[in-house]
Amino acid sequence: MNIERQEIEKLATLARIAIDDSTFSEVSQRLSSVLDLVDQLQAVNTEGVEAMSHPMQATQRLREDEVTETNQREAFQAIAPETEDGLFLVPKVIE
Amino acid sequence: MSWDTVIGLEIHVQLATKTKIFSGASTAYGAEPNTQACAIDLAMPGTLPVLNKQAVNYAIMFGLAIDAEIGQVSAFERKNYFYPDSPKGYQTTQLERPIVGRGNVEIQLADGTTKNVRIHHAHLEEDAGKSLHEGNFNSNFSGIDLNRAGTPLIEIVSEPDMCNAEEAVAFARKIHGIVTSLGICDGEMSQGSMRFDVNVSVKPSGSETLGIRTETKNLNSYKFMEEAIKREVERQIDVIEDGGTIAQETRLYNGDTKVARSMRSKEEANDYRYFPCPDLLPVVVSDEEVAELRRNLPELPDARQARFVEQYSLSDYDAGILSSDAAMAKYFEAVISACNNAKLAANWTMGELSARLNNEDLSIANSPVSAEQLGGLVTRIADNSISGKMAKEVFEGIWAGEGSADEIIEARGLKQVSDSGALEQMVADVLTANQAMVDDYMNTDEAKRKKKLGGFMGKIMQASKGQANPQQVNQILAQKLNELL
Amino acid sequence: MHNLTIAELIKGLQSKEFSSVELTQHFLNRIGSLNPAYNAVITVTAEQALKAAAEADVRLAAGNAPALCGVPILHKDIFCTNGVRTSCGSKMLDNFIPPYNATVVENFEQAGAVVLGKTNMDEFAMGSSNETSFYGPVKNPWAPDCVPGGSSGGSAAAVAARLAPGATATDTGGSIRQPAALCGISGIKPTYGRVSRWGMVAFASSLDQGGPMARTAEDCALLLNCMASYDDKDSTCIDREVPDYTATLDGSVKGLRIGVPKEYFSEGLDAGIEKAVRAALANLEAQGAELVEISLPNSGLSVPAYYVIAPAEASANLSRFDGSRYGYRCGNPKDLQDMYSRSRSEGFGKEVQRRILIGTYCLSAGYYDAYYGKAQQVRKLIQQDFDRAFESVDLIMGPTCPSPAFKFGAKSDDPVAMYLEDIYTVATNLAGLPGMSIPCGMADNKPVGLQIIGNYFDEARMLNVAHQYQQATDWHDLAPEGVAS
Repeated sequence: MNIERQEIEKLATLARIAIDDSTFSEVSQRLSSVLDLVDQLQAVNTEGVEAMSHPMQATQRLREDEVTETNQREAFQAIAPETEDGLFLVPKVIE
Repeated sequence: MSWDTVIGLEIHVQLATKTKIFSGASTAYGAEPNTQACAIDLAMPGTLPVLNKQAVNYAIMFGLAIDAEIGQVSAFERKNYFYPDSPKGYQTTQLERPIVGRGNVEIQLADGTTKNVRIHHAHLEEDAGKSLHEGNFNSNFSGIDLNRAGTPLIEIVSEPDMCNAEEAVAFARKIHGIVTSLGICDGEMSQGSMRFDVNVSVKPSGSETLGIRTETKNLNSYKFMEEAIKREVERQIDVIEDGGTIAQETRLYNGDTKVARSMRSKEEANDYRYFPCPDLLPVVVSDEEVAELRRNLPELPDARQARFVEQYSLSDYDAGILSSDAAMAKYFEAVISACNNAKLAANWTMGELSARLNNEDLSIANSPVSAEQLGGLVTRIADNSISGKMAKEVFEGIWAGEGSADEIIEARGLKQVSDSGALEQMVADVLTANQAMVDDYMNTDEAKRKKKLGGFMGKIMQASKGQANPQQVNQILAQKLNELL
Repeated sequence: MHNLTIAELIKGLQSKEFSSVELTQHFLNRIGSLNPAYNAVITVTAEQALKAAAEADVRLAAGNAPALCGVPILHKDIFCTNGVRTSCGSKMLDNFIPPYNATVVENFEQAGAVVLGKTNMDEFAMGSSNETSFYGPVKNPWAPDCVPGGSSGGSAAAVAARLAPGATATDTGGSIRQPAALCGISGIKPTYGRVSRWGMVAFASSLDQGGPMARTAEDCALLLNCMASYDDKDSTCIDREVPDYTATLDGSVKGLRIGVPKEYFSEGLDAGIEKAVRAALANLEAQGAELVEISLPNSGLSVPAYYVIAPAEASANLSRFDGSRYGYRCGNPKDLQDMYSRSRSEGFGKEVQRRILIGTYCLSAGYYDAYYGKAQQVRKLIQQDFDRAFESVDLIMGPTCPSPAFKFGAKSDDPVAMYLEDIYTVATNLAGLPGMSIPCGMADNKPVGLQIIGNYFDEARMLNVAHQYQQATDWHDLAPEGVAS
C-alpha cells in the first residue's frame, strides 16, 4: 500500500523527525513495503479475541508512599546540554 | 433570542501523597528547582514507573465520597505529545479503564435549591513540570523545573450538567470541600493544588442540539473561573449572532489582564495516539481493600453540614458555608472549643474573618488570627467584657499580631465598663454637666423624646472613651431621665 | 586462557591457577589487538576492570566469594553503567554517561565480575545484522565479510572471537538468539519478567528481555544465575525464586518430548540449516528424547504482528530523546520545534527513524484498531498456539534463523527481507516465552543455530537439554580461524 507524502509529513511532525526532501521517496517506499507486510494482519479473524498487553496475568505492584530518592541534581545536570540556576534550558516555549 | 449555556468541568486535583505517582521522589512544595526530580521523573533512559499505593487509595476514597463506581481493575495509557514539561514525550494517564467511574455530586445554590451534577469519571494521571519563561538566562530560552513532574493527579470529569457560572463555582467549591475533607488534597489553589478546565458552549434556549464547545484551561481560582465563563458565553453569543461559527479550540484566560485568547496550535494537529502503557500492569483492587477504605473515610461535607445543624443549631445555609471546606470546618470547631459559643463563633468565622481573608487573598490555613485567638475574642464579647464595636478593634489588633484578645484589651484599656455603680455615676455626671440638653429633653413631646437619647448616649460614650456598656447605659439613662420627669 | 569456558575459569581462579588481574589483563590485551578486526567492543574500561579484578582477587583469597567473582565479562551497550558511556549504538547517546547502574550491571558488580567494556549493537536494538550502529558495523568472526546478526552483534562476535568468555545482551525479536546462531555461540532469552529491565534502555517494553551469551549452555546458566533477580523497580518483573540453573544441567533427556513445528521447516529455510538442525534433533532422539510434530498455525502472523507492536512501543519509548535533558542536542536550534526535530533527525540513524514513523502510523487516529489493536489480538492467538503445543510437548525446537550469516548490505535495501530474518524468533517474544540458541552445525562454512523454546520459567530444563546436547557434540567448541590460538 502506498503511503502518501502528506501522510508521511504528518507522521514526521507528530514524531518530531525532519525528513529531507531528497529522501522522501525512499522513506515512502520503505514505509510502504513495511505496511504491506503488516497489512497481512487484516486477513485474520480476531473476533472475540482478547488483546494481550502482557504475557503474564500479573497485576501491578503498589509502592509504599515513602520518600526514597535524594537530591541528585548535580549528577543529572552534569550531563545536560544546557542548564542555569538548576533549571534545564531549552529554546523558548511559546504558548 | 435567548440562550442556554452548557458547562462541563474537568478538575485536576493534586493528591497530597508524600511521593510522586511513579517514583519515590518527594512532592513537598517549594523546593529548589529540580531537587525533587529523580531519574524516573527526568525520563532518564532505562527508568521505569512503579505505582504509588497511596495515590490509588486517595483516588478510591474520592470515588467512594461521590458514590461512584470503583474501577477495581484499571489500567494506564500513554498520551503522546512533545513538550518540555513532559520529559518522557508522553503523559501516563488512564483512558479506557479509569479507577473511578460514574458518580454524583450535589451542589447547593444561593437560592437554597440543590442540583445534582453527574461525574462522568475520575482518573489517575501524572502532573507535568513547570516552564519558566524568565530568569537568570537568555531571553531566548525557557527554564524547565521538573520537581512537579510526576506528582499524582486525579482528573475529575463532569457531565455538561451546569448552566451558568454560579453552578460551576458551586460545583468546584463542593469538589474542593470533598477532597480537603478527605485529606487527599491540601486545597491550596494558589499553589496549584486544584486547577480547572472549563468547557463552555451555548445553544438557543430549549434546543436539543448542543453547540460547539471551547475549553478554557488551567484556571486556579473561583473568581477567574467565573469571569472566564461569563466572558466566554458573551463571546460565543456575539460570534453566533454575528453569523459566525464557534471554532472548537482551547483557550487561556489571564485573570490579571482579564483577557482570554486562543492557545497556539500546540493542540491543533495533536493526535495523542493513546495506547496501553506496557511498563505498567493492570491495577487490581479487592473488595476488602475498598471496604477498608470505605470504613475509614473521614467525615464528608454533607454529613458535616447535617451535624453542624444539629449540634450547633445553625441554619442549613450557615452550616453549609462552615462545613464546605475542611480547613474552615476545623477552624470553626476549634473556635467553639475555645469559647463555647457556636452562634458567635459562626458569625465571626463566616463574617469578619472570612471577609478579611478574602480581601487579602489568604486561605484559612494562613489566617493571622488563630482559632484559639478568635475563640478568646468571642469569649470576651459573650461575657460583656467588651462591646461589639470594641470587638472589631480588638480583632484588628489580633490580626496585626499584637497578641491575644485579653492582652489587647488589657494593653489598650478597652475593658467595657459594666459596673452599674460606675455607670450610674457617669450618667449622672453627664446629665449634670449638660443641663441645657436635659431641659430640652424635658420640654420635648413625649413622642419625640426617643430621638434625643442619642445625644446623651454620645456624650456618655465619649466620656467613657467608648468603654461604657451601651445596653446598661441605655437602661440607666432612661431610668434617670424618668426620675427627673 | 581465552579458550577456557567460564566454568573452567572459575575453577582456575578458585584454585589460584591464575589471578583475576592476570585474566583481565589477558582479555584486555586480546581486545586491544583483535577488536579492530571485528569492531565488537566500542568502549573499553581497562582501568576500572583492573581495579575490579584486584578487588576480586582479594575476595577470592578470603574464600567464600560468589561464583562469578573475578570473571571478566562484557556488557551490551544498552545496559546503563554508572560513570561509563552508554550509547545504545547511537549518536543520540554518544555523550551519555549515566549516573546510575542497570540492575543487571549491579548484579554482576555485587557478584564480583569484572567488566571489560561495552559491546557494539544495532542502534537502539533495532536490527538483525548490527549494520545500523553509529559506531560502524560488527564483523562476523567466522566470515568477516558477513554480518554477525543483531542487535547483540557486538556481544556475539566478542564471545565468538574469545575477546571475553561471556557477555550480556538483550532480545526483543531475536536479538540474542539470532546473533548467537550466526556466530556459533550459545545465548538465552529468558521468560519475560525473569530479568529486570531497570537501566536497560527500552526498545519495546513488552518484548525486551536481557539475557546471557557465552560459548556453552553451562556458562549461560552461570551468567543467568546472576542476571535473573526480582527487582521491585521494574513493575513487569515477576517475583519468583531464581533456581540455581547449574544444579540441574545433568539430568538425562530420556522421555523428553520435543515439539517440532512444521511451520518452521517450510520454504524459505536454507537447506544447509535444515540439515544441521534435523541432525541435532536426531542426536537428541538418540539420547532418548521423543520428537513430536506440532503445528503453530499462526506463525505466519508473528512477523507482521511484531513489526506493528515493537515500532509502536519504540516510538513512545524514544520520545524522551529530544535534546532537552541529556544526549545529543543539535547545534544552534532556532526554536523549540527545531531543537526537537533536528536533534532527533541528526541523532537517530535511518532505521530508527523509519521504525519510529511506522510506530507512529500504527498508533495514529483511525489506524489504532486496524494495526496496534489487531496485532495485540494476534499476539494472543500466537500465545494460545504455544499453550496448546505445550500440552503435549515439553520443549519446542527448530532452526533459529532461515539463513546463515549474509553479506553486508545484502538485505539493507529491503527492510522486509531483513525483518524476515526474525521469522523463527519473534513469536517467543510475543508470547513472552524463553528461547535459546545453541550451535548445531555449519552451513556454507558458517555456523547454524538450534533454537530451543521452553514454557514459561522453564529455563532450567532448556539449559539442561542444551548442556546434554553439548556433552554429546562439539559444535560449541569450534572457533573461527585464528581465534583460538
